[in-house]
Amino acid sequence: MSTVTQTSTGGLPATSDGGAWQKEAERVARRIRARVLELTILKNGCYLSQALSSAEVLATLYTKILKLEDLAEALPSPPFTGVPGSEHRSPSGGRFHGEQAEDRDRFLISPAHYAVAIYAALESVGRLAEGELESFNTDGSTLEMIGAEHSPGFELTTGSFGQALSQSGGIAFARHLRGDTGRTVVFMSDGELEEGQTWEGVQAAAFFKLDKLMLFVDVNGQQVDGLTKDIMNVEPINSRFEAFGWEVAVVDGHDVAAINEAVEAKERNGKPLVVLAYTDTAKGMPYLNARKPNLHYVRPKTEDDKTAFAAALAELQEEDS
Amino acid sequence: MIETQVHSRNIVSWAKDKPEVFVLSGDLTGSTEIAAFKSELPEQFYSLGMAEQNMLSWAGGMAREGLVPYLHTFAVFLVRRPYDQLAMSICYPNLPVKLVGFLPGIMTPGGVSHQAIEDISLMRGLPNMTVLEVGDAADIESVLDVAHAVNGPVYIRMLRGAIPRLFDEPMQLDRIRHVSEGEDVTIFSSGICTEEVIRAARVLEEHGVSITHRHVTTHKPFNDPAIADSIRAAKKAVFTVENHTVIGGLGSEVAETMAEIGAGVPLVRIGIDDTFAHGASARYLMEEHGLTARRIIEKVADHLGFRVEIPDEIDSIDVTVDVGEEQLEAL
Repeated sequence: MSTVTQTSTGGLPATSDGGAWQKEAERVARRIRARVLELTILKNGCYLSQALSSAEVLATLYTKILKLEDLAEALPSPPFTGVPGSEHRSPSGGRFHGEQAEDRDRFLISPAHYAVAIYAALESVGRLAEGELESFNTDGSTLEMIGAEHSPGFELTTGSFGQALSQSGGIAFARHLRGDTGRTVVFMSDGELEEGQTWEGVQAAAFFKLDKLMLFVDVNGQQVDGLTKDIMNVEPINSRFEAFGWEVAVVDGHDVAAINEAVEAKERNGKPLVVLAYTDTAKGMPYLNARKPNLHYVRPKTEDDKTAFAAALAELQEEDS
Repeated sequence: MIETQVHSRNIVSWAKDKPEVFVLSGDLTGSTEIAAFKSELPEQFYSLGMAEQNMLSWAGGMAREGLVPYLHTFAVFLVRRPYDQLAMSICYPNLPVKLVGFLPGIMTPGGVSHQAIEDISLMRGLPNMTVLEVGDAADIESVLDVAHAVNGPVYIRMLRGAIPRLFDEPMQLDRIRHVSEGEDVTIFSSGICTEEVIRAARVLEEHGVSITHRHVTTHKPFNDPAIADSIRAAKKAVFTVENHTVIGGLGSEVAETMAEIGAGVPLVRIGIDDTFAHGASARYLMEEHGLTARRIIEKVADHLGFRVEIPDEIDSIDVTVDVGEEQLEAL
């Protein structure tokens, strides 16, 4: 029996709340794109395509799905002081997700290359202080290009792919043993499905019936060397997860209502949930379509690029205001 | 002289008449200078995706069938994740699988997950393994010949991007390169540190310090008789300088030899001091971990008990840690 849920709102009017949260989620998604594009121009290159593909997923998580403790105010992210085990270790980037509590969700980020999108999302929802983003990828900053557990939003060190799901499984398992009511939510990229460890984690989460574990996968079909289907195919992802005993939702990853609906439908049935969010690495900036299948790290190379990037930024900022 | 894309050019011409050579990529083709190989020798190139454990055992299978796989990814991904696969599928059966690991030590802004700071230590610990490291363009141009001639697994600590040319002879297996002769101190350096030590030695020599400097390209085996001779040449101290934790790498190799020959001078190990690093530019991290010429001069002078006025221009000399645009785009 299939456990796949196909959700799409097909552009229908939003529900009884008048679409207020959807508008906010879409505003945050636009802002993530605008801020990362701004940095791409400022720094002459950035992990922009990851932000373009994941903007709605991250925005829906941060504005609607995740039950995180509020912060009294947006937090600064002081310079790096030391690694864990040293005298002056930098504090955990998890503090940007608020105080941990048994009834709160935990949000754990797997693809550390998405760091800039996470930083932009945290800023957009008022968890990372304004002005911090400009220190991205500068010497001594905790806003590293590839985040580690001192970087805003990062509770785990996950730049080596496929390790976050297993670590999150351990966290969800401990919370399950403790009787926590909050969920453990993991965000990962589809390229990580190539790593063998991912499937060991998938297997164990199903075996231990961790139905408060939720996994969001940004299925953008893109890896460094080209399209995932041409480099190391991972499809069919849905039936692979199903066969491992997971509940699967396949959604349009740019439809905030559909993303949320996949989670709302989740019941306590002993199965972990994976939301496969199919996305486009050029969403919101169709100019980048010409670069496919090589769209991993985006650098404005020509004068035409610079003009197009500036125009795209102006458009995103205009929609935002 | 600074050159770029040295490995990229070299491996294409080198492999053209070697149909047994296969390049396997871990989804980092541009980042490991094999994009040209892929386009020019497509029948000898395969993508194995982001699945390093599988890639290592897979390569072991290919090697059992007479092929010679050259695995290309970042050093860290060849060492940490697939260590058991390397030990069991490749090293134990002593198969000719060659691991070409890029961005050694702190040469990457990718932070802790991308920094191979203990790879030499781990690779030396594996029986049957040969461990090589390059520090200049001549090393890069000859390291494939050295690795290919070894009838077993080889780990190559490789460099990419802008590379200095420091030597005009090819490297040889288990032969240290002689950079300078002196009698006060002996400095062993490897990889990117050799260029820094050459610069540091010039300033130290102006202050009357007589230096024997050796560049190490083979970490294992480490039996060149010239190693013991170079240690014995030092009246005051022996130094090691490496882009690696001070545990288990060059510092340990030299310490073992000093103990074995009963050397009677102190050893000072300069390197990453048993700590993980963080993400920043290579130059910034080299300064932080004492691997720049300036910091090496300070350390040597401090040990010998004098102060050095370090010329300002030492920082203005290009130390060539920049990488090409294409490589920056893919971590």
